[in-house]
Amino acid sequence: MDTSFAGRVYPPSQPYEVGREKIREFADAVGAAHPAHRDPAVARALGYPDVIAPTTFAIIVTTSAADVVVYDPLLGLDYTRVVHRDQRFVQRRPLHAGDVVTVTVTVESARIVAGNALLSTRGDVYGADGELITSAYASLVSRAVQL
Amino acid sequence: MAVGDALAAVSVTLTRRDLIRYAGASGDFNVIHWDERSAVAVGLPDVIAHGMLTMGQALQVVTDWLGDPGRVLEYGVSFKRPVVVDALLGATLQFAGKVLSLDESARTAVVEIAATENGQAVLGRARATVQLA
Repeated sequence: MDTSFAGRVYPPSQPYEVGREKIREFADAVGAAHPAHRDPAVARALGYPDVIAPTTFAIIVTTSAADVVVYDPLLGLDYTRVVHRDQRFVQRRPLHAGDVVTVTVTVESARIVAGNALLSTRGDVYGADGELITSAYASLVSRAVQL
Repeated sequence: MAVGDALAAVSVTLTRRDLIRYAGASGDFNVIHWDERSAVAVGLPDVIAHGMLTMGQALQVVTDWLGDPGRVLEYGVSFKRPVVVDALLGATLQFAGKVLSLDESARTAVVEIAATENGQAVLGRARATVQLA
């Protein structure tokens, strides 16, 4: 892996429109039972413009954006040996139906430790007006080949 | 509310169906989450759950307690152990939480989540910072 990629910022992803039914589907999949994920009236009563997404919903857009880095042939990461080590979200506000977002990925660090390639990325999720909504920090490890 | 308060614990059994549902919902179609032969070929004992599925499920302990699932300011975990999902039995996870710290002026709390399978931790350093009402 080319460790000089640390600090590199990739161009913004294609816009993704957050939909009510996608939120419902994702909420069902992670056991998020709260009606604010499904019923716009409940979400509005809590002060949101529309149904809100579970916190980890952002992974849908941040992982596909970070894949541009992970699969970048110039980076040279052996992605067949990649394990997800850490994940963190810093959320300014929840995503809601109707948000049209783009993701800008930054390589936070790219290091080799004991033969393992450690890659940390940050995906900043922006709304259509340029508002930073949530940031997803992912750490991946590509394990050393055991000889 | 006080530091050390325990949140209501939750037990969740994940089946292969849940993994396939999460694959579709998230777009993560990595074969190790639905095909036994592919999982075994990369050295795993069997199909494993998406780490992000466990992470998503674990947060329910916090949002059930919080009442408003939109008031999560920060949520992070490390993935310690793969959750092996047997085709017949699935995998049963226990999620518990406790209040680690409180900031009275900012009205925020940090909650630590314990995610275990048969007493062994599957997530490490699982913490959520939430905005209190």
